[in-house]
Amino acid sequence: MQLIVFVLASLMMILGAVGVVTRKNPVHAALSLVLTLFGVAVHFVSLEAYFLAAVQIIVYAGAIVVLFLFVIMLLGVDKAEDISTEPLVTQRWLAAVAGLGLLGLLVVAVARGADMLTTRSEGLATEVQNASGDANIQQLARSVFGDYVVAFELTSVLLVVAVVGTVMLARKRTAGEA
Amino acid sequence: MFALDPMLEGDVLWTPLLIVVLKVLVVFVVGLVATMLMVWFERKVIAGMQNRIGPNKAGPFGLLQTLADGIKLFFKEDLLPRRSDRFVFALAPFLAFVPAFLSFAIIPLGGDFRDGNDGLVTWFGVETRVQLADPHVGVLFALAISSIAVYGIMLAGWSSGSKYPLLGSVRASAQMVSYEAALGLSLASVLLVAGTLSTSGIVSAQATLTDWHLISTGIVPFFIFLIAATAELNRPPFDLVEAEQELVGGFNTEYSSIRFALFYLAEFMNTVSMSALIVTLFFGGPQPISFNGFTLDIPFVPNGLEGTIWLLLKVLVFLYVYVWFRATLPRLRYDQLMDLGWKVLIPGSLGWFLLLAAQRLARDLGWNIFVTTAGSVVVLGVCYALMLAAFATSNKTRESQGVQF
Repeated sequence: MQLIVFVLASLMMILGAVGVVTRKNPVHAALSLVLTLFGVAVHFVSLEAYFLAAVQIIVYAGAIVVLFLFVIMLLGVDKAEDISTEPLVTQRWLAAVAGLGLLGLLVVAVARGADMLTTRSEGLATEVQNASGDANIQQLARSVFGDYVVAFELTSVLLVVAVVGTVMLARKRTAGEA
Repeated sequence: MFALDPMLEGDVLWTPLLIVVLKVLVVFVVGLVATMLMVWFERKVIAGMQNRIGPNKAGPFGLLQTLADGIKLFFKEDLLPRRSDRFVFALAPFLAFVPAFLSFAIIPLGGDFRDGNDGLVTWFGVETRVQLADPHVGVLFALAISSIAVYGIMLAGWSSGSKYPLLGSVRASAQMVSYEAALGLSLASVLLVAGTLSTSGIVSAQATLTDWHLISTGIVPFFIFLIAATAELNRPPFDLVEAEQELVGGFNTEYSSIRFALFYLAEFMNTVSMSALIVTLFFGGPQPISFNGFTLDIPFVPNGLEGTIWLLLKVLVFLYVYVWFRATLPRLRYDQLMDLGWKVLIPGSLGWFLLLAAQRLARDLGWNIFVTTAGSVVVLGVCYALMLAAFATSNKTRESQGVQF
């Protein structure tokens, strides 16, 4: 049962991920991304991380990709892009080198940490999972708002800085301003 | 592994499996019939409000009008615009239709919740709930489904390859993402009071009239939820997505035949399931009206079935309210829509949630509840004043320098 779910969800993710890269139409690529995100959510459910699965759908599929699509539609760039010309010279070579390097790093990391991946570690779960299922959320809340509250707050500050920065960059400078 | 339902623990047996299949079938059929009746109800009530007669030819009181319309739509020509994106154009109606049905799956449709019973009923010797699924994340599932529902509308408009549907779908995406936040924040107040995410748990927590989350969260979250839900449903006065006077028919202009019927079905199905969700969250779902130890009991009906009757009555009230909205309120302008969402509903629900959280903390730590409330109100008032000052400043800047974007 677990295996079937795993294989199906992984197939969804891989098909989606390949689609994001290969589809020429940005809207189709965004839809493929949704497929991948749903696959991740299915994995979360089969790992009994229900809260993460729900948040995955609400935040990523429900908000972020919708905003991607919104921008694609609003700017009218929803036509197949002509990618035969290179905007930056040697861009493709650099991309190939970076991609191969990343692949190598991943392979080495998995090969060296193989025994760690197969044994179950403590992780966030500090208490025994009780039957109500709310324990999932309670543990997550204890970790995020207790042990790692500083990191959490710093992340939110980072996001605010990013938003304010975007607004400042997008503002048109008028003649009166410096 | 996947549900709290005690029936699904342990090995797979034939009786539970049959019950699950039966439940799926019943929920699907009830959903379809409810939608059919909702279309009739809306047309009839709105006709009454506009001093017309409304559908009265097909069947008694015109009850079968929707069925007749549905059969007619089956036989209509299925058009595919030449400039459309074929695959997405065909996919979009289903993306609208499936979430509409999914959100119905987590609503407790009945069961005995009174006297501390937790809504379990026994069918054929198996204990189960009168709801299709009771997932751990409960209400978050409903929120996830309602955030997925936007894809159908958005992709329908985009794939039509025509400008009015595209405008409709751009409006839909911005509107639904904006009101999603207010919806979630007002929901958080309910979760704070109930202390659980599961829908049956939320219903169990609302035993008497004063426990109804309408009262125990202090009414404000209910109104914010109602407004945000109306906007999520794209119903009047928030129906900018299909604003007939501006956009021909909105996102579904290019659709015909059964595909159009699916959008129509999804819209009314969403209205029914959102009403049921509001009743579940704020009005005790299948709980009877009970106050000060006195319970309004329907005689000769077993308690389990009585829950269904109560739910139906409460849901009917909200369906009527939605029709009433449509007959009464003029459509909002787009900037008014965004102002309401971002400047009123989101800060309002966030502030109220913080107030409730402060009160809860005071109760847990034994602080004086009145001092805590007063202190929180003062802090929130200062924040509100700051926000107003920020709005005033930005308005002034905009007037003196022109729109900056």
